[in-house]
Amino acid sequence: MSTTGTRVESPPIDAVGVEERVARLCSRSIKKDAKLQALHLTLSMIDLTTLEGADSEGKVRQLCAKALQLHAALPELPHVAAVCVYPALVGVAKRALEGSGINVASVATSFPAGQAPIEIKLLEVRKAVEAGADEVDMVISRGRFLAGDFAYTADEIASVKEACGDAHLKVILETGELGTLDAVRRASDLAMRSGADFIKTSTGKIKPAATMPVVLVMLEAIRDHYLRTGEKIGMKPAGGISTAKDAIRHLVMVRETLGQDWLDPDLYRFGASSLANDVLRQIVKQRSGIYQSFDDFSL
Amino acid sequence: MSEQRPAGAAAADRLPVLKTHKVYVGGKFPRSESGRFDRALAPDGTPIANICRCSRKDVRDAVTAARGAQAGWAARTAYNRGQILYRIAEMLEGRSAQFEALLAAGGAAPDGAAAEVQAAVDRLLHYAGWTDKFQQVFSSVNPVATSHFNFSVLEPMGVIGVLAPESPLLGLVSAVAPAIAGGNTTVVLATGSQPLPAVTFGEVLNSSDVPGGVVNILTGRSDEMLAPLAAHRDVDGLLLCSPDPDVARSAEIEAVHNLKRVAVRPHEDWAEVQSPYEITDLQEVKTTWHPIGS
Repeated sequence: MSTTGTRVESPPIDAVGVEERVARLCSRSIKKDAKLQALHLTLSMIDLTTLEGADSEGKVRQLCAKALQLHAALPELPHVAAVCVYPALVGVAKRALEGSGINVASVATSFPAGQAPIEIKLLEVRKAVEAGADEVDMVISRGRFLAGDFAYTADEIASVKEACGDAHLKVILETGELGTLDAVRRASDLAMRSGADFIKTSTGKIKPAATMPVVLVMLEAIRDHYLRTGEKIGMKPAGGISTAKDAIRHLVMVRETLGQDWLDPDLYRFGASSLANDVLRQIVKQRSGIYQSFDDFSL
Repeated sequence: MSEQRPAGAAAADRLPVLKTHKVYVGGKFPRSESGRFDRALAPDGTPIANICRCSRKDVRDAVTAARGAQAGWAARTAYNRGQILYRIAEMLEGRSAQFEALLAAGGAAPDGAAAEVQAAVDRLLHYAGWTDKFQQVFSSVNPVATSHFNFSVLEPMGVIGVLAPESPLLGLVSAVAPAIAGGNTTVVLATGSQPLPAVTFGEVLNSSDVPGGVVNILTGRSDEMLAPLAAHRDVDGLLLCSPDPDVARSAEIEAVHNLKRVAVRPHEDWAEVQSPYEITDLQEVKTTWHPIGS
């Protein structure tokens, strides 16, 4: 599919209105049973992530073990949605997660900068999928996008989607580099029209990452896309969401913007490395009444 | 329209504004998250201030602050911790008059108030001196029958929960100073009948180079806050300054969840409670076996 030449019409974003809406949504109080449910849902939506130059096979196997059993004392907890690694480590993760129902996600397209020739990016995507990746997290070429070359960005996404085959494609906009909410909205619309299954805020390497206003703008783009086409596109905020409290605020925002259907790991994910343990801490606190230590949970 | 008053009458008619003393957490002065407050009363029953009535969530936040500050505080040189304790003493000395007035408002005789402030300053100096010496005195090289160097050194426990004593200044300082001298950070429940010197001591700490989070001071009621603090799994030790054996016992029961060390100080008179053992009681001993030769 080529979208060269298509014009992306995106509505202007009222930044002040977005801030106010976010502030209102953040003031919701979720307690007791509702909180516990939200915490369980959060766990099932986590893409447990390690994206460091120093990642080794052992590190990935350890992360997969964590994904398979989040907390030994609570074996009935839901497992996370996916484990997210670099392409070179997809095979290791795939073997470790065999038969568990946990997906393997791989970043690709010269993550995180995306500054490589398109042929190399596509090869990387194919290699990741060959190695067993169920999901591919690509980065867009922010430089080309910011220079106004929207057609290039759209073609890039469409060709990566083609290279993905059956694997789900998440498109990372890297909103921390896009500058304005208007650009975030435009990039979201462009990604959805070019074949993204998910749109994702950030690589986690740039700050700010998944701020609430940015996520709200993306959720509204998903809503408008759904109303126009009937297609349900998923959302993945990533970077900077490290506490259960933040995660619950995100869930409130999703519920209020997109409705119940999106409160599902098939359509909403958290990209996070330390969120799971804070959620576990809160779950155990909620059940026992005793404040927990991070020392009580595995890495 | 306001009523015309003769000059000078305004002061007599005026309703006094009671200060709400805020608590000291993470180097900042927040109010209790609960929004609740209690009246601090003079011995004759007149209200003299509002104080925050903290909740278990304030305890949680204070423990988070203390945990965040602990590694950095323990990593400072012992000498630097001594300098900072000395600085607290200097700042307290400079505010003697204010503390004397607070103690007098709580019922202390003027002489007694002055003597208590001086004793508190001296106590800080005492522990300032010990920071870089207790290791030398209490660490050891141990005789063993194998070819090992075997040595024991003291390390801070970590985060210490302190139930502050009824003695509002000297007792408080005598409990907190040895804990922080040894590299611990503290969450202090100033729940006695006179909390004002404690929250004002927070202001002294804040102007004394003490990193935020090393000492956190909460006011309120111990029956609400002590149990969650004692049970908190991220608190490593408890220092219970209460003569009431039931208080100590119930806190010790909560403390078993993560096998906290518990030290009980039942003193009512804190004039003589000064010793390097107050530091070592809040330390863990690490013993290392190091192979030598062949």
